[in-house]
Amino acid sequence: MEGKTLEKLDRVVVRFAGDSGDGMQLTGSRFTDATAVVGNDLATLPDFPAEIRAPAGTPHGVSAFQIHFASRDILTPGDHPNVLVAMNPAALITNVGTLEKGGTVIVNEDGFSDHNLRKAGYESNPLEDGSLDDYQLFRVPMTSMTVRATDGIDEITPRDAARSKNLFALGLVSWMYGRPTEPTVDWIGKKFADTPAIGAANLAAFRAGYNFGETAELLAVHYEVDAAPAPPGTYRNVNGTQALAYGLVAAAIQSGLGLFYASYPITPASELLHSLSRHHGLGVRTIQAEDEIAAVNMALGAAFAGHLGVTATSGPGMDLKAETIGLAVAYELPLVVVDVQRAGPSTGMPTKTEAADLLMALYGRHGESPLPVIAACTPSDCFDSAIEAARIAVTHRTPVILLTDTFLANSSEPWKLPDVGSLPKIDPDFATDPTGFMPYARDSNLARPWAVPGTPGLRHRIGGLEKEDGTGNISYASANHEHMTHLRAERVARVSVPDIEVDDPDGASLLVLGWGSSYGAIQGAARRLRREQGLRLATAHIRHLNPLPANTGDVLRSFERVLVPEMNMGQLVKLLRAEFLVDCESFTKVDGLPIFTRDMMEQIEARC
Amino acid sequence: MLTKADFSSDQETRWCPGCGDYAVLASVQSFMPELGIPPDRIVFVTGIGCAGRFVYYMDTYGMHGIHGRAPALATGVATSRPDLSVWVVSGDGDALSIGGNHLIHTLRRNVPVKILLFNNQIYGLTKGQYSPTSEQGKVTKSTPFGSQDHPFNPVSLALGAEASFVARTVDTDKAHVAETLRAAAAHEGAALVEIYQNCNVFNDGAFDAVRAKGQRELNQIRLEHGRPIRFGIEGERGVARGADGRLRIVEVAEVGEDALVVHDAERTDPSLAFELAHLAERPTGPTPIGVFRSLKRPVYGEALARELEEARANVGPQQLHELLHSGETWTVA
Repeated sequence: MEGKTLEKLDRVVVRFAGDSGDGMQLTGSRFTDATAVVGNDLATLPDFPAEIRAPAGTPHGVSAFQIHFASRDILTPGDHPNVLVAMNPAALITNVGTLEKGGTVIVNEDGFSDHNLRKAGYESNPLEDGSLDDYQLFRVPMTSMTVRATDGIDEITPRDAARSKNLFALGLVSWMYGRPTEPTVDWIGKKFADTPAIGAANLAAFRAGYNFGETAELLAVHYEVDAAPAPPGTYRNVNGTQALAYGLVAAAIQSGLGLFYASYPITPASELLHSLSRHHGLGVRTIQAEDEIAAVNMALGAAFAGHLGVTATSGPGMDLKAETIGLAVAYELPLVVVDVQRAGPSTGMPTKTEAADLLMALYGRHGESPLPVIAACTPSDCFDSAIEAARIAVTHRTPVILLTDTFLANSSEPWKLPDVGSLPKIDPDFATDPTGFMPYARDSNLARPWAVPGTPGLRHRIGGLEKEDGTGNISYASANHEHMTHLRAERVARVSVPDIEVDDPDGASLLVLGWGSSYGAIQGAARRLRREQGLRLATAHIRHLNPLPANTGDVLRSFERVLVPEMNMGQLVKLLRAEFLVDCESFTKVDGLPIFTRDMMEQIEARC
Repeated sequence: MLTKADFSSDQETRWCPGCGDYAVLASVQSFMPELGIPPDRIVFVTGIGCAGRFVYYMDTYGMHGIHGRAPALATGVATSRPDLSVWVVSGDGDALSIGGNHLIHTLRRNVPVKILLFNNQIYGLTKGQYSPTSEQGKVTKSTPFGSQDHPFNPVSLALGAEASFVARTVDTDKAHVAETLRAAAAHEGAALVEIYQNCNVFNDGAFDAVRAKGQRELNQIRLEHGRPIRFGIEGERGVARGADGRLRIVEVAEVGEDALVVHDAERTDPSLAFELAHLAERPTGPTPIGVFRSLKRPVYGEALARELEEARANVGPQQLHELLHSGETWTVA
């Protein structure tokens, strides 16, 4: 590496962008794994279209992957990339606007044919017309160098070889930021064990990209980002989907219940089905149902039969499941329903994030049909949230809605693995005693007995018709319905929920109160504003949306101003105003992207 | 020794007086002891409609679900608990209209549930609208000028959905109901039993041709596996294949017994069962009842259930630890 300058950075945001068939998600996830190994803190944001292969070379077929890594604790995938890797003109035109001024653009020069420029909508070549003068531009003929690097590998045509150009890009950026090559080399070996020729081509492309960085005079500087200080422990990288899957498996093991997961394919929740369906060996049953309604009914049937019944979906599927969730409220059986929120209404933007299902989760069923609702706040928090959802469902005999979103599902971060021994136990407390058994008798939480079929002497019938408290017999008596309606509300109110913890180091007058995936942006903004500008502000985050923590009203009333940022048109703020008569302020963002740290900083600065 | 009383709940039955459901309930309660399965291990699942109330009258475990979804609820029960005997009771609106999707998928998967489809060709609980099995031209409250819908033939639909067991019986024919339930219970996998059920309030007499005294003797074509298909008071009529290859009803005296079609419910291809299903498009004349098809094929989830049970017995904190630590990890000292 003679003649090359090594600069130290404390944080970098890189964005890989290309055609949806170019393998950008894979490139990003390999870079992420290598980054985790270095010990940087990191956060990622995949950003891809709903179309599997939109017309090649067009802006709406562009798929991107952004990673933020740093030598300190970070919480978001970063607002503005420092480096953009663009595999074709469409990737450049759709992403260059997000790049920081003076940032680095690395393009695959071979992708900039006249044809591709026209498809992207360029009238002249931006590599030559000066329109990228504000950036540091590196033109690298990635496709042709990849083809040359793979020359001589048996059974590989130039066309096959060209498909490995994403690994060339990966190699080049890996060199720029001093990422170790071993994780990628090992991964290629495993991934292509059955197709060694393709493996060899990918390896050659990766090495060629890395070596190009090292030897080409074009790139004079490379960078290092030190490991971030982190508490001792064993770490892995997880996205929200993996963490959720592990959390559900953990909840099953901690409760001794079989995990029964039924769902219907829907973006972005399908990944959870893929993830859980690999775990037969841990006793996990998965069913791909014929539709969303069948999926939730299967899970509910399994719950009646004594399993941990779980279904997951996204917005449109929630609409379809609503009637069955209401049935679960009447049944008073444990059920976990995961809603990986996405941009609506209707089909909306299936691959873009939003958090606009809160009021639907709380109120989106006919009649008075209350149920507990919780929301995960970071990718790794999906693990704890899954266990918490199962705990509430099982111990309180109720359906629980767990809200995540597209951003949490796809985004990844390092996760300090919990000590399995420290995880909470969940007691299903099945009914076994036939003496005086009544299916709607109540314990101290007002939960009814979970008497599963096969238990001698506990035969009973449950249904959606109103039932008499205690006996569970059908009842249309007016006093009983009034009683049962209040009782179902009280059952949810009695769910034990920890108080809101307020982080207020300086005695602030402004509280920023978030829920869901806005956590990272709120915390990130608060740290920077305190550190860089000495601003005084308090932050807090709500995980339990129903019931709300007991101290919610007191917390709201103890600040002069309360700002509630949300990825919807102001749903939590409406609830807080209605429940507590506090004039909370709303910041909303509904552009399909997560709330950025920059967004939060602007909002807070304007109020401090 | 279990008796009918062991399967009768203490709930007052609340169907209309004279409803065919009473007869089916009595037949099912009388048949259940034959299974030799304690009522604690039996689950009935129903949807919405008059038939949905069935569950409250059986002293077994029971779930009264929402409209059309009983097969999906039952799939959750049956696949997670292969030790249970799971029965679905549904109606023509519940199973074939709002719940059509779940019915066909439960049948094609071959989930081990027995589905009793009470077909009265009308919506009863909502007070008399036409159903997906009502005849074209049916005048009801919602079709004052006559229905324009072409009806489903439930047996044909089930066969088209790749059902491994399809049968038909008549509500008041206690012996035939019992015989049909026996065959359904013995079948491994999903079983669909269509029960012609008279709604004496909104569609009285819809099945008189095969149900009323004086007509049923002439019109019930009782299918028996391996036997020539004959019917009539003296077995004087039968089903034979005509010169055009199609099934037709014949006088045995005219064609001779050897010309009769021999019923084969176990044939892999469903063509004969289909032909028999369409021998009578409506139950207004000679109509086949009994088992149309009974085919062995893998039961959904059976092998997996055993695998999962073994896995669960050996899963604990150690396995969870290994799961969390699978893949790439790193340690911070």
